Amino acid sequence: MIRAEGLLRRYPGFELAVEALELPAGRFVTVIGPSGAGKSTLLRLLAGLEAPDAGTIERRGRVVFLDQDRTVLERSVLANATFGLELAGVPRREAERRVRPWLERVGLAGRLRQPAQLLSGGERARLALVRALATEPDVLLLDEPTQALDPGNVALAEALLREAHAQGRALVLVTHNLYQARRLGEETWFLLGGRLEEASPSERLFTRPERETTRAYVAGEMVY
Amino acid sequence: MTLPWSEVGEIAARSLGVAGAATFLAALAGLPLGVWLGARPRKGGMGAQVLLYAGMGLPPVVVGLVFYLLLSRSGPLGGLGLLFTPAAMVLAEAVLAFPMVAGFTLAAVRARADGVRRLVRGLGGGERQVLTTLLWESRRPIVAALAAGFGAAISEVGAATIVGGDIRHHTRVLTTAVVLETRKGELESALALGAVLLGVTLIVTAILVVWGERR
Repeated sequence: MIRAEGLLRRYPGFELAVEALELPAGRFVTVIGPSGAGKSTLLRLLAGLEAPDAGTIERRGRVVFLDQDRTVLERSVLANATFGLELAGVPRREAERRVRPWLERVGLAGRLRQPAQLLSGGERARLALVRALATEPDVLLLDEPTQALDPGNVALAEALLREAHAQGRALVLVTHNLYQARRLGEETWFLLGGRLEEASPSERLFTRPERETTRAYVAGEMVY
Repeated sequence: MTLPWSEVGEIAARSLGVAGAATFLAALAGLPLGVWLGARPRKGGMGAQVLLYAGMGLPPVVVGLVFYLLLSRSGPLGGLGLLFTPAAMVLAEAVLAFPMVAGFTLAAVRARADGVRRLVRGLGGGERQVLTTLLWESRRPIVAALAAGFGAAISEVGAATIVGGDIRHHTRVLTTAVVLETRKGELESALALGAVLLGVTLIVTAILVVWGERR
């Protein structure tokens, strides 16, 4: 669970200001908005990677953040996959036992010993997702995890996220894919110009939005 | 060649020992400093970075002169009796190797710091785990930093001459011996010593690279 109040984060030429938001346990939230709206900043604040200039953030449970960089370490695919578990103190052999089924599901089981740097962008994305999911967090914050994946792998990634949700995990997914935001989210947050324009149940936000800006954005009419 | 091979071996061993010890001292201080400065947020730390990068061009003769003044009998550290000993050469060469080790480590760590910090902190790790991961992830360029530091130490001649004195069987190293043999007109010996110097540098660098490539 995450609860934030009076959030303020200032950069030169940009300010993110969110009065209040809440991510209850087990909720699947999707976050949409144009580039530069503050989606990634919001995620980093919620993850605790950045401190707000003002406001409070309360977190309960283990929060894991998946960055859009898909950083891979100069290690094997298997060692990259176990990295999150090892950070949490899980012994290497146990961590390897736990990640193997995940790697099999995302089609990387045949490349366990290869250097992760040799993976393609799509493979790195799948590896990064496995690395985060294997840690079994209470809250998973994801910054465009399916960006640049082919349709088959998008479907696979979405299936994994749905499973994580079904297991009771809360998820916040930043995406530019409005279809994805609608089909995965129970609730959708729309950010614009550093403000939380609207936070509504996903189906309602996409069909009967409260604000004209939201309507224009989801209808593809907004020029920015 | 007039110089006996046994003496060449003795000089090479001394060179290796002095440069190795100097690199070790430089690494002891330079690695933690480079990692710490490289891992810091971008704000600040510019002054230290400028000093380190400028330090890579420190003239060995000036470093030698400073140590000579410090260690000479009337100097503040004269009581230690280190002047014209291998220990004095180690200290002077460590000062020359230190900016190389710290500066290259800083640059290597800084290039990876943001991504590694987001990854480690994002997965729930703490700042200590950020630093240890950064150190491991930067191991290859850090090996290059150590090789550069060792190269600076073993190849310098100015400081070694001033604080070591090029005393036979005591402080003579490969570089000072090359200078001496050249001045004597013993070019064959000078060339042989130069070849040994290159060989030693190559072998030590190869060991460092193989060590850095371990998984």
